[in-house]
Amino acid sequence: MTTDASGAVHVSGVEEPTTSTSRNPDADRARRALGAVWRIESARIIATLTRFVGDVGQAEDLAQEAMLEALRQWPSEGVPNNPGAWLTTVAKRRAIDGWRRRERLDERYAAMARDLEQQDGAASGQFWDPDTIDDDILRLIFVSCHPVLSREAQIALTLRIVGGLTTEEIARAFLVPVATVQQRIVRAKKTLAAANVPFAVPDPEQYAERLGSVLSVLYLIFNEGYLPAAGEEWTRPDVSAEALRLARMVAGLMPREPEAQSLVALMEFQASRFRARVAHDGTPVPLDQQDRSRWDRAQIERGRAALARADRLGRGRASYGLQAAIAECHAVAASTDETDWARIVVLYEALGRLAPSPVVELNRAVAVAMSTGPASALRIVDDLERSGRLAGYPGLPAVRAELLSRLGRSNEARGEFEAAARLTGNERERAALLAKAAALAPPVVE
Amino acid sequence: MKYMLIMRDSQEAIEASKDLDFNEIIAAMGAYNESLMKAGVLIGGEGLAGVEEGFVVDFDSTPPVVTDGPYAEAKELFNGFWMIEVSSKEEAAEWAKRCPLGPGSKLEVRRVNELEDFPQDNEWIQKEAGWREELEKKAAGSNG
Repeated sequence: MTTDASGAVHVSGVEEPTTSTSRNPDADRARRALGAVWRIESARIIATLTRFVGDVGQAEDLAQEAMLEALRQWPSEGVPNNPGAWLTTVAKRRAIDGWRRRERLDERYAAMARDLEQQDGAASGQFWDPDTIDDDILRLIFVSCHPVLSREAQIALTLRIVGGLTTEEIARAFLVPVATVQQRIVRAKKTLAAANVPFAVPDPEQYAERLGSVLSVLYLIFNEGYLPAAGEEWTRPDVSAEALRLARMVAGLMPREPEAQSLVALMEFQASRFRARVAHDGTPVPLDQQDRSRWDRAQIERGRAALARADRLGRGRASYGLQAAIAECHAVAASTDETDWARIVVLYEALGRLAPSPVVELNRAVAVAMSTGPASALRIVDDLERSGRLAGYPGLPAVRAELLSRLGRSNEARGEFEAAARLTGNERERAALLAKAAALAPPVVE
Repeated sequence: MKYMLIMRDSQEAIEASKDLDFNEIIAAMGAYNESLMKAGVLIGGEGLAGVEEGFVVDFDSTPPVVTDGPYAEAKELFNGFWMIEVSSKEEAAEWAKRCPLGPGSKLEVRRVNELEDFPQDNEWIQKEAGWREELEKKAAGSNG
C-alpha cells in the first residue's frame, strides 16, 4: 500500500503481484477484500460523500482516508459486515472532525452529523437510500464527464471515482506514467472546484449533449482496449471490459435512454469478437478472415437484447443505435459473403446524415465495396482523400490499398499499404500492413 | 472473468421458506438482482422450477436410470444461478456475500471456463465451437 502525491491510496488487487506481500496473510486478505469492495462501492461512497460536502474532489480525498483506515483496522478486526457503509461512515466522521477543528459547523455539517447518528445503529441493514443513491451516482457520472474538463481528465476521473480503478490501473490501461494520471486527477478535481460545478444532473436543455459526453467518454475507454492507438498489443480487453461494465451501469441507471442501451449493445457486439481478432502469434486478424466460431455467442445475444431494449423505447435509432445495428449485421452473419452488406450501406448512410464524419464515410466505402464492388467504393475513398479530412489517418490508405488490390492495381496498392504502415502507431498493425505490401511486390526480374 | 453463483438450499431451508412472506423474498431478490444489474456486472441468471417438475438421470448403471423428483436422498437442491462478470475472485465473493439468503442456503461460486482454458488444437473443442455456432444460428433464425 502506498500513498501518492495526490493523497491517493493504492490498493492493489490480486492481479498485481508486484506490490502484494504474502508475509502478512491477514493484511493481504484485507487489502484484497478492500480492493473488491472499493470496485463495487466507490461510486456509491463518493456520490454519498459529495452530496454532503458538495465537492467531488474533497469527497474522494475523504474516501481515500477511509480506505487507509480500513487498511489499518481490517487486518486485525476483520472485514466489517457492510464494508461500504463502514467506509462511508468513517469518511463522514473524518469530514466532521475536520470541520470541528476549523470550527466551521454550519447547517450542512450538522445535517451530516445527524445522519451519522441515525445510521450508527443500522449499519448492517439497508444503508443506501434507494430513492437517492441512484440519482447521486448519476450526478457523479455527469460531474466526472463535465465539459469544463478535458477529455483525458474526464476519462481518468470516470475510471477513478465511478469505476473504482486505482491510479496504477488507469496508467496501465492507457500506457501512460502513473504520475501523469495522478496529475490529471488532481487537476481535474481542482478544475471542478474552481468552476463550482454543481453536484447535479444537467438541465433538460443540456441533457442530451451532456449524456452524449458521458457516452462518448465510455466509448473512448472501450476503444482504448479495442483499438489501442499505441503500444505493441493489438487489444487490451480488460480496459474494454471495464468500459462495458460502466456502460451497463449507466444503462441500468437510465433505462429510458435508447442511446445508453445502444452503447451497451455496440460494445457487446464488438467485444464478442475479441478472441477472434488476434492470432496466436499476436497478429491482428481482419473481420473477413476471423474464425467466427470463436465469437462469443452469448455476448452477441446480450448485445441483441440490449439493442432490442433500445428499440422498444420507440424513439428510433441515433448514432450508437445505428452503429450497434451495423455491428449486429456482422455478428449474426455466418461469413463475410453472407453478410447483409446492402443493409450495412444503408445504415452507414443514415449514420453519415446524422453525424457526418470522414471515418463513417470510409466505412461506408468498405461496405459499398462489398455490396456493389471496389470501383464505386474507390470513388468515395478518392473523394475523401481529396477533401484532406482524413490526412494522417492510417485507415484511409489501408482501405484504398485493399480496393486498388482488388482492382488489380498492385503497384499503387503496395504504395498505399506502405503509406498506411508509416502512419500507424500500433506495431502489430504495421507488421500486418507491411506483409500485405510485400505480398504485392513485383516478381524479381532476372 | 465470469463467475457462476449457484444457489444450493437444504430441504429444511426450503421447508422453512414456505413460512416466510413470499412477497418479501421476491422483493429482496429483486433488489439484489437490480443492484447487480446497476453495477454492470450481471450477465445472466435463472431461477429453477420446483423439483417435482424435474428428474435425475443417474449413470451408475447402464442404461442410466431416470428418477422423477422430488428425490429424498438429495441433501441440497440447486434452485437457481447468476452469471456475473467481475475483475477478481474477491469481487465475485463480495457480490455472493450480498445475496439475500438465510441459514440452510449456500452459494457455490465457480469461475466459468473460457474457450481459452482449453487446448485450441483439440478436435472436439473445435467441433464444439462449431456446434455452438450452429445452435446460435438456429436460435437467431427462430427469433427473426
